[in-house]
Formats: sequence, C-alpha cells, structure tokens
Amino acid sequence: MSSKKIRVLVAKPGLDGHDRGVKVVARGLRDAGMEVIYTGLHQTAQQVAETALQEDVDVVGLSILSGAHMTLVPRIKELLSKSGMDDVLLLVGGIIPEGDREELLARGHADQVFTPGDTLEKITDYIFQSFKESRDS
Amino acid sequence: MDQKKLERINELKQLWEKEVENLNIREEPPVTVSGRQVEALNTPLDTKDLDYEKDLGFPGSYPYTRGVQSNMYRGRLWTMRQFSGFGDAYDSNRRYRYLLEQGQTGLSVAFDMPTLMGYDSDSERSLGEVGRCGVAIDSLEDMEILFDQIPLDQVTTSMTINGPAAILWCMYLANAEKQGVSLKQVGGTIQNDILKEYTAQKSWIFPPDPSMRLITDIFAFAADQVPRWNTISISGYHIREAGSTAVQELAFTLADGFAYVEAGINSGLDVDRFAPRLSFFFNAHIDFFEEICKYRAARRIWARRMKEKYGAKDPRSLMMRFHTQTAGCSLTAQEPENNIIRTTTEALSAVLGGTQSLHTNSMDEVLALPSEKAVKIALRTQQVLAFESGVANNIDPLAGSYFIEALTDQMEAEAEEYFRRIDDLGGVLPAIEQGFIQQEIADAAYEYQKAVDKGDRIVVGVNRYNTGEPMEIELLKIDPEVEKKQLERLQKLKERRDGVKVAGSLESLKKSAASSDNLIPLILEAVRCYATEGEIVSALKDVFGEYKEKPLF
Repeated sequence: MSSKKIRVLVAKPGLDGHDRGVKVVARGLRDAGMEVIYTGLHQTAQQVAETALQEDVDVVGLSILSGAHMTLVPRIKELLSKSGMDDVLLLVGGIIPEGDREELLARGHADQVFTPGDTLEKITDYIFQSFKESRDS
Repeated sequence: MDQKKLERINELKQLWEKEVENLNIREEPPVTVSGRQVEALNTPLDTKDLDYEKDLGFPGSYPYTRGVQSNMYRGRLWTMRQFSGFGDAYDSNRRYRYLLEQGQTGLSVAFDMPTLMGYDSDSERSLGEVGRCGVAIDSLEDMEILFDQIPLDQVTTSMTINGPAAILWCMYLANAEKQGVSLKQVGGTIQNDILKEYTAQKSWIFPPDPSMRLITDIFAFAADQVPRWNTISISGYHIREAGSTAVQELAFTLADGFAYVEAGINSGLDVDRFAPRLSFFFNAHIDFFEEICKYRAARRIWARRMKEKYGAKDPRSLMMRFHTQTAGCSLTAQEPENNIIRTTTEALSAVLGGTQSLHTNSMDEVLALPSEKAVKIALRTQQVLAFESGVANNIDPLAGSYFIEALTDQMEAEAEEYFRRIDDLGGVLPAIEQGFIQQEIADAAYEYQKAVDKGDRIVVGVNRYNTGEPMEIELLKIDPEVEKKQLERLQKLKERRDGVKVAGSLESLKKSAASSDNLIPLILEAVRCYATEGEIVSALKDVFGEYKEKPLF
C-alpha cells in the first residue's frame, strides 16, 4: 500500500453543474500524490458505481451542491456495496446541512462529509490517515 | 495638464516614493480577490492620456463609460430584482407575491435542476432534484400557477434558463396571452446564453450549432413579435462563480457577446434589428474598486466594438445594459450574518458601476435557498442604498479618480489581450472545444483556493477570527412531498390533455427542426397544447443530438 498510489474517483452525480469545487479538490488530491479520475458532470448513480468498479479505486468522492444528496448518496453507497466495493472510502463534499451530514454518517452512507470552509489539506490528510490506519490494523 | 506640471508631479512622486520606501508595510499583500497587485497611489501621471470626450463622454452618450442613460438613477433607480424560486409553482407564486408586496420591482425566476436540464419531474434523471434548487416547471399549467394573480403587463420577469430557454419563454408568452396581455406588451429577459453553459454553468442540452440556431430564432421572433423582451442575458456571473478573475469575467463575457452578434449577422439579421435587445449579467465580487472598473470598462469595450467592428448605428445597439448579482462564492457558511456586510459592499459597487438591475444575495444562500427573513434583509439592503445612502444622487461619481480611470483602462487592455488569444484559437467556439476558457477559469479557481488555504487571502470568520461557534440560523427546508405532488399533477395533466394534438405538434416541430424554419412558432404551438418541457426537449434531441463535455480539471 505504501508504495502504491491511492486511486480516487471524484464524481458529480445528479444534474447539478457546479463543478468549481470538484475540480479544485481533484487537483488538490493529484498535487498531494494521488491518482485522480474525474467522471465529469451529470452522472447517474449507476454510472458512478460502474466507473468506480472499472477503475478499481480506493476512494470515491462525490460532489453535490444541488440538495439531492439524501437521495443520491445512499443510492451510490448501495450500488457500490452490491458490486462488492464495501471497503471503498466514500466521501461527500458540497452544500450539506449539518443535520443531513450527521444522518449520512450515522447511517453509514458516507465515511466523511466535507463542507464549505474545509481546506484541501483537511481532505488529503483524512484520506492519507484512513489508509495509514487500515494498513496498520 | 501641461507637460511642466506633469514633470513637477513626477518629481514629487519620486520624493513620496522615497519616503514610503522605508516605512512599515502591512503583512497582508495589496492584492485583489483576482490576484491583481494594486498600486499604493495613483496620480495625474496615470491618466495623462485620458481624453474626456473620447474615453468617457457623457452619460447616455458614446462610449457610455459613465452609464447608458443620460439621467441614470436621477431619473429612475435600478430595478430591485431578487432571484427566487423553490418547490412547486404554488410555493414560488406565494414568494413572488410576498416580494412584490415588500416593494420589489421585478421578478426573477430560479428553476430547479430538471427544468434547467430539460427533464420533466417524472424523468428518472429528476429523482431527488424536483423543486430543490428552484421551482419545478413541466408545462404551461405550471407557468399559469406560477404567475397567478401577477399581471404580466405590469411586472417584468427575468428567467434564468438556457438550454431549454425557447421552451420556457414560449410557456411565459402563452400564459401572457391567456391573461389577455399582448406579446407587444410583455417585458422581461431570458438568460438564453448557451456559451457560458459550456464554460461555466454547465447546464447544457444540445450541441453548439443547434443551440446557436435556437438563439438566433429567438432574436428574429422577438424582433417581430415581442419587442420589449431582452432576448439574451450574456452572463459573466457564472464564469466568475466558477472561479474566474474579474478580467476573465469581463473578457469571456464580452467575447461571448460578440459571438452572438456574429451569429445573428450570419443568420441574415441586420445588427441593429437584434442588438438593442441584447443584455448582460455580471457578478459583483468583493473587491470594491476592481468591480466598478470592470463595469465601466465593459460598457466602453462593447460600445466601441459594436460601432467600429460590427457597424451598428442604432445607439441602443451600442449600450451595454446589465443586471448584477452579488457574489454567491464570496459568502461563507461560517458566521453567515457577516454575509450581509459582504453583500452590501458588493451591491454598492454594482450601483456605483451603473447597473440597471440588481439581486442581492441573502445571508443564508451558501447553506440553502433563502428563508423569507433573509431575503427581506437582502432586499432592504438595496433599499437602504437607494434611499438613505445618497449614492444614487450623482451620476458615475467616481469618474476622474486617478485610480478608477487608470484601472478601467488597464482592465480594458487586459480584456483586449484575451480577445486576441481567443481570435488566435479561431473564436469562442473553438476556444471552448479546445478547453482554453475552461482551463483558464479552473486555474484561477485553484490559485484562489490555495491562497485561502495558505492564509494569504483572508476570509473573515473562515481562516481568520474563526471562533468555531456553531451557527444559529433558520434555514428553508424543501418538503420531500413537493416531488410527489408535482408528479401527481403532471400525471393528471397528461391524462387530461389532447394527446393527439400534442403528438402532432411534436411531429411538426421535429420536421421543422430538420429544416431551417424558425422554430419558435412551432414550440409555441406545442406549449399551447400542454406538451411538456421534457417532451419538447426529447423531440429536439432526436434531431439535434446532445452535448458531451470532455472533463478536465
């Protein structure tokens, strides 16, 4: 694990076209040494899950700013589980109200949720930390 | 100013520079939100080549640097137009009537994502998105509910709609007819700016060529039938929100504008037949002076090019009229009340820059669609500026400031440099196809984020003076029932309407789409028999195909 680059799929599920954040994060992760694949816009849940499987990624990052997160995130989680990708680290970023954030985490739909004001460093640190822990355990 | 006086000023300036050299300098760099280094002081040396008549002129006269109307706000204040829409047509109709009661002077419709992308509420693609980011509109029936008890001969409406603009516009026109208002009377704006969808807002449907054809069909139809309608709102707002600098916003927006002018001319229209109805839409970001200069430069560039390059003769073709919205991306989720202050300074820059209409963001818009309380404060912000601050009393009051004039000139020159680069790539469409514009914006966005993360760019309450206190603010929640109710109503409409007529209108539309007929009368006909937006879009997709983006970051 230590020598292999972490592979990340960053995805824009749903119809939302706000891609400023996802592109900045994609670039930040790449600059931090990860292998980054970006799906582009307007992906269905199905398409995201299929790409994650095909690209054999370690992390899936979903960017949603349209308010559809409570529908899309659980669906993608479910599809990932169905294809045997339960161990993928599932991260969400965007305009996610605190109550929704807590619910997504409590129900295990997402491993972590990042919201406005979080830095690139916080996101990259979280990913590196997660893989360090899984390697150590 | 004569040469001798300038020389003297130059000597004095050098003395001043010497004095300042050894003084303490604040650690925060003197840089704008766009990364521009700002000079500490400007003097008459920076404006010595300024020719008042040629470069500024009087308000309402060429090159319109000082404003497009001769009496500006002395005659009439800007239109206070809050962008709004959520849930279903009933919810939004209530909000519109509330805003009009509070003294708002125009309406501005925000549609939900499925409507923006051309899907009906019952499409699989719409799941979870109905009524979330704006109001859900599927058919003429929704449009009738949306403007119930709102007289369309008295209120002007702006609609933020692009890929399917022709369809929503036709629904609005058909509804006006049903209200007994003639098309000659209705006034408003459709955004209808597909080029910035490809580069920034990303709600596209069709590929560029058929999209440009729909736009020029709208130009031609409006010129004949709907003379008070602004057929396009060429938008820098989304380019800026996507992370561009002020100069990129200025340059890419105007380049798009010129591309529409060329498309109109190439479709056989005389420039003065459609150019008077072109309008613009800019962002008001947080750097106060840079924004003011952006608006002034924009008016001057537009007037000069329209006259010199495109041979426009009607003065209205040379006047850049624009709407402004304060910068959503400048707002913070932390301590959202601070957003009221950000919005106030941004709104002030738009007013000092001579905007024709203005939307002030609500403090909670970084978190959700605005609550009624938040939107009221936002509207009151404009009213305080208009009626208490005195800033509307004098026209273009910052003109002649060494700083303002020097920066206006500089931004104009930088925009011209971008026009040259775009021309070298073969024009706006090739520049989009090659990803040039998208990459410039993405680079600027990334640089900005790095500056914020490093603390070089201060955002109060975020990377400085962050107390970490939890926020206490009431947010607007969209009831999940909205989606269910909308689907039921759509289902009932489909059962009720004349299916044969609908199918026939869609068939005719397809036939014309494959020819070079103007499509607006056909879309109008389909809308009148309650064909849905999704049905019309999918008929057109059969002929036009769909746009696909090459993702880059």
